[in-house]
Amino acid sequence: MELFKDTRFDFLGRQRLFIAASLLLTVAGLASLILKGGPRYGVEFRGGAVMDVQWAGTPPIAEIRAAISPRVPGVSVVEAHDLTGSNELLISTQIEETENLTAIREAIISGLAEVHGSYKLGSFEAIGPQIGADLRHQALLATASASAGMLAYLAWRFRWIYGAAAVIAVVHDTFLTVGLFSLAGKEISLTVVAALLTLIGYSMNDTIVVFDRIRDNRKRMPREPLRAVVNLSINQTLSRTALSSGLTLLTALALLAFGGPVLNGFSLALVAGIIVGTYSSIFVASPILVAWDRWSGGVR
Amino acid sequence: MNRLFKQTLLILAIVVVCLYSVVGLPWSPSVMRDHLRRNIRLGLDLRGGVSFILRVKVEDVPPAQRAGIVEQTRHVLDRRINAFGLSESSVQSYGSRGDELLVQLPDVNDPARIRRALESPTVLEWYAVQGGPYSSAEEARAQHGGVLPLGTQLFPVQPAGPGEPSRAWYLVSGLPVIRGADLRDARVSANDWSRPVTTFTLSQEAARRFEAYTQANIGKRAAIVLDRQVLSAPVIEDVIRDTGQIRGAGTLEEAQDLAANLRSGALPAGVEVLQERTVAPSLGADSIRHGVAASAAGLAAVVAAMLLYYRWAGANATLALVLNGVLLLAALSWFGAVLTLPGIAGVVLTIGMAVDSNVLIFERIREELRAGKSAAAAVAAGFTKAFGTLVDTHVTTVVSCAFLFLFGTPAVRGFAVTLVIGLVTNLFTAVFVSRVAFDWELARRRTPAQLSI
Repeated sequence: MELFKDTRFDFLGRQRLFIAASLLLTVAGLASLILKGGPRYGVEFRGGAVMDVQWAGTPPIAEIRAAISPRVPGVSVVEAHDLTGSNELLISTQIEETENLTAIREAIISGLAEVHGSYKLGSFEAIGPQIGADLRHQALLATASASAGMLAYLAWRFRWIYGAAAVIAVVHDTFLTVGLFSLAGKEISLTVVAALLTLIGYSMNDTIVVFDRIRDNRKRMPREPLRAVVNLSINQTLSRTALSSGLTLLTALALLAFGGPVLNGFSLALVAGIIVGTYSSIFVASPILVAWDRWSGGVR
Repeated sequence: MNRLFKQTLLILAIVVVCLYSVVGLPWSPSVMRDHLRRNIRLGLDLRGGVSFILRVKVEDVPPAQRAGIVEQTRHVLDRRINAFGLSESSVQSYGSRGDELLVQLPDVNDPARIRRALESPTVLEWYAVQGGPYSSAEEARAQHGGVLPLGTQLFPVQPAGPGEPSRAWYLVSGLPVIRGADLRDARVSANDWSRPVTTFTLSQEAARRFEAYTQANIGKRAAIVLDRQVLSAPVIEDVIRDTGQIRGAGTLEEAQDLAANLRSGALPAGVEVLQERTVAPSLGADSIRHGVAASAAGLAAVVAAMLLYYRWAGANATLALVLNGVLLLAALSWFGAVLTLPGIAGVVLTIGMAVDSNVLIFERIREELRAGKSAAAAVAAGFTKAFGTLVDTHVTTVVSCAFLFLFGTPAVRGFAVTLVIGLVTNLFTAVFVSRVAFDWELARRRTPAQLSI
């Protein structure tokens, strides 16, 4: 079976359309981020406490809220979003002072004890604001340095513009996904960061496959204009791109459907990331190469 | 043929060794499951347990004594959790500031008790009572003309319950007669009224000192002070040599915890909890079950699509994928890596890149076939050309993992480690194993060779 055989799509011909689409999505994400005052961080990054409670039936949310709020001011009680529709609750609150950290668990438990119904405590996490800020800082530093490392390697193996184009595409993907999470009102938790790292790896992989082909083809046909070479290379790798992305997307969708509530944010970021990552190798990274080539007068 | 045979033997040997190191000998499913559980260590998020990040309050200690204080604290905490009889628990230094400790206790579900035991300084001292009991600190001062006599100090009696005020104060000597460091052992025993009592034994040198002191002070009161609170102030009725008793614990559990802490020694500096994390074992098991179900479903879909799209070559890819999983698990057990949720994210990306490697190679072979090459030549050219691309994608990812490992949090590191291991095993399975499988197919078919791809 073959899906794409000797295709001749003009991917670069429509680039304005795609640049417009990318910009539109980026601006929408940015607007949401600005309006909401930055991404919604999970307690790991913010400093706070969250308890995950599994209820036997439908949890009486109003009653639970009424029982806990006098003990823990500013507490939020929400049902966990999940495709499988389990009766799970997330009870969370912000922590401003490290001293308050240890009392919160007991306060929530004693509040729950007043509520009728049977439940199981799943997990509890309380993080002081200092550790939260540290984690945020460290995750950013790790991601930024990893991107710089990839840029350096690609600059050495290809040319610096290839490295820059690939990193811009990856930043584009990360930004779009974070924007999407902001639009959907979802939290950036530690597992979502793991998913972002995964999508960075995936998108980078996808871009390098196309770039490798471009480098290969340029050697074989040095007289062709870069635009034609890039178009040809994307067409030649299209079958692989479609199949690999499709198969990986299947895995991610399976994770989203069966992965349970703990992996929910992770799988969602992964699904979004694979789609955006595939798109960006073709419609962001490759046009940057061509644009740079034209701007710098076709010097190789 | 000979070369092909040797390569196949090598692959088989590697697979057998890896399988053995993951699940042991296949005597029975339960034996294999036991081996798997022992060899693949799960993180707290998958297994259930409690973890704390503690900060040692270095600023409370005089500057001259600060050197090594965090390390001493780590040792004391380590002894304390060991005294609790918790296996596989650990206390490690954490973070870049140098005053933070990460305490991990798998399979524990009651963080409050552990936390109290870890936070308690457990400074035990025995003082000579100079006056009291007084009903308040003010009264004690008033009795002595508004100022405490030179070389004495005032301690409150331990309140009846947490959060309640102290009801009595004692004036005691400035220096303790014996202190925590003088203790040789501490155990729990039940006294006449079957109230739990912690009995401690003194070291030889301290016992001599204590004997002399009790002999000279028969009929007077002595105060047993724990963490600057008087537990009891009994009248010395007889000469005491090397054992003493501490009352005041409400429950047997409290008495046991006190004994454990006394055996482990006092904390050299106070600690505060910066992070507390509890995962119920049932939730961890749920996550594993969900993860396994999702992986199985994803893998089944991928294998079906591969077989449909590439026919026999799809079987090669499936073989490579499964072997990659086995090698990855074996490597995880050799390196003693701990599998966590972010680690599973690394495995997911590994699977993604493994699938991609196979697709990349197959598409290249198809291209070469389309260009009119013979099956053998197409396979050779396809692998060679795809290999260049694979090296670039894999090395780029390894480079990024190196930085993630250098600067990342423990969770991010778990991701980086599993991903790097997965990439290395993937290069082996997708390039070498898959190539051998293709060569077998080429050797099996008579000329003119046709490929099922």
